[in-house]
Amino acid sequence: MGKVDTKVTLCGIELDNPVIPASGTFGFGYEFAELYDINILGTFSWKGTTLNPRFGNPTPRIAECKNGMINAVGLQNPGVDKVISVELPKLKKVFNKKVMANVSGFSIEEYVETCKKVDKLDEVGWIEVNISCPNVHGGGMAFGTSPEMAKAVTKAVKEVTTKPVFVKLSPNVTDIVAIAKACEEGGADGISLINTLLGMRIDLKTRRPVIANKMGGFSGSAIFPVAVRMVYQVAHAVNIPVIGMGGVDSAEDVIEMMLAGATAVQVGAANLINPFACKEIIEDLPRVMEKYNITSLKDIIKGVN
Amino acid sequence: MQKGLYKVLSNIPLTSNVFKMVIESEEPVNVSCGQFINIKLEGLYLRRPISICDFSSNTITIIYKVVGTGTEALSKVKEGEDLDCLIGLGTGYVTTYTENNALVLGGGVGIPPLYGLCKKLVEEGKKVRVVLGFNTKEEIFFEEEFKKLGVETVVTTVDGSYGVKGFVTDAMEFDYDYFYTCGPLPMLKSVYNKTTTSGQFSFEERMGCGFGACMGCSQKTTTGYKRVCKEGPVFYKEEIVWEK
Repeated sequence: MGKVDTKVTLCGIELDNPVIPASGTFGFGYEFAELYDINILGTFSWKGTTLNPRFGNPTPRIAECKNGMINAVGLQNPGVDKVISVELPKLKKVFNKKVMANVSGFSIEEYVETCKKVDKLDEVGWIEVNISCPNVHGGGMAFGTSPEMAKAVTKAVKEVTTKPVFVKLSPNVTDIVAIAKACEEGGADGISLINTLLGMRIDLKTRRPVIANKMGGFSGSAIFPVAVRMVYQVAHAVNIPVIGMGGVDSAEDVIEMMLAGATAVQVGAANLINPFACKEIIEDLPRVMEKYNITSLKDIIKGVN
Repeated sequence: MQKGLYKVLSNIPLTSNVFKMVIESEEPVNVSCGQFINIKLEGLYLRRPISICDFSSNTITIIYKVVGTGTEALSKVKEGEDLDCLIGLGTGYVTTYTENNALVLGGGVGIPPLYGLCKKLVEEGKKVRVVLGFNTKEEIFFEEEFKKLGVETVVTTVDGSYGVKGFVTDAMEFDYDYFYTCGPLPMLKSVYNKTTTSGQFSFEERMGCGFGACMGCSQKTTTGYKRVCKEGPVFYKEEIVWEK
């Protein structure tokens, strides 16, 4: 196999490859570190963290779908202080690269407070501000469905942080480009998309929703074409890097996402089905690059007009 | 946790809708009683978690009831096929708390993990009484297998068509110092209320990953939030918070 270059640069930090496990599908890394050396990853986005601890939604939180799944976990996390004091030391033992700190909130003040705390951490390379969680009321996605709110959160977070800020967008909007542009105007250093699509399943036997919270976020390979389309639209409308995600489960998908406009690519639901998914994708990238005559992944970003 | 392709040695019905499957590993299996395996099936996105009934150095036995799309697909898997499984998941039963007399209470398809548990308790020289609860005579499975382990085995049926009429909690008169249980939620609650000692409960929940990554199966406990797939499925009586 000839030499291929899988490196990409994300806001000044070089990644060995563009593969990043998505927030909420990789915990704080150490469950997976029992299985393989997670330092082979580009980086990973840690479990969505809020200012205060959250248990999340009642169970069932998970539903099967054709080529996908619905989750309504609802941002279960121990709160930012415990993430820093308990999770981060454990993570440091198994991961020596910069991690992406995924942050969520229910008010602008909360986003600001949490971001201030994670911005101080040496281990954090980027902050990923989630304004798109479909599973919490009165926050999350509410910020991601209005350009004004998206801009306001972005601006407020940027004022208190020094690290690159990626804003993670919801696909559950009429005009994704308007939201992305608003974040760019608010000072975002990059855009992450897409979060899950709002979905629902009904049990025919009980005639009740499968998910206790009734609705949840639909993810998995079924949403890949929607994600490619939105990454394409956003990447061609803004002048900041885009991290593409949604249904990615192969090296081919990574390359397709990059051609659409992604500088790096997150892998989500695939990690839950196959805990070795990211490792296998990374190992398969050189083969697929050779097959499609790609010598450097940097060259193919936004390769499709 | 181990991941691999496991050869199906057999997949046979025990009743009209309960099946027993034995899978074989090329590597030694690292599992314990009360743990579960998570099975990938053709055409289904999420894996299906099934408790481990019994195991040897290179085989695992599971018993499952056909209740939905996943278990129906599992029942159609043929002998000789390879199954993609994650094995050795979760935290199983801990037998060190039983001094001598263990009471084991199982209901329906909650019974399988208790077989491996009883085997272990017997190996440790402990006296075991197992109560197996079913709705009716036609649903009974594994009574003989438990008896062959040398444990005192009582069967209850709700309709009284076999054994003691009633629920497992109607056959608890036994001098026990610890108990173990697995079964439907109403049964677990009843066991919780009627038992007089400490014990361990195995729970079921819809799971995303089965290995602690997605938080899809979290439960409140008296000692904080725990994942049924990782800290569970077996929980101590003292930890349980009934929410449903």
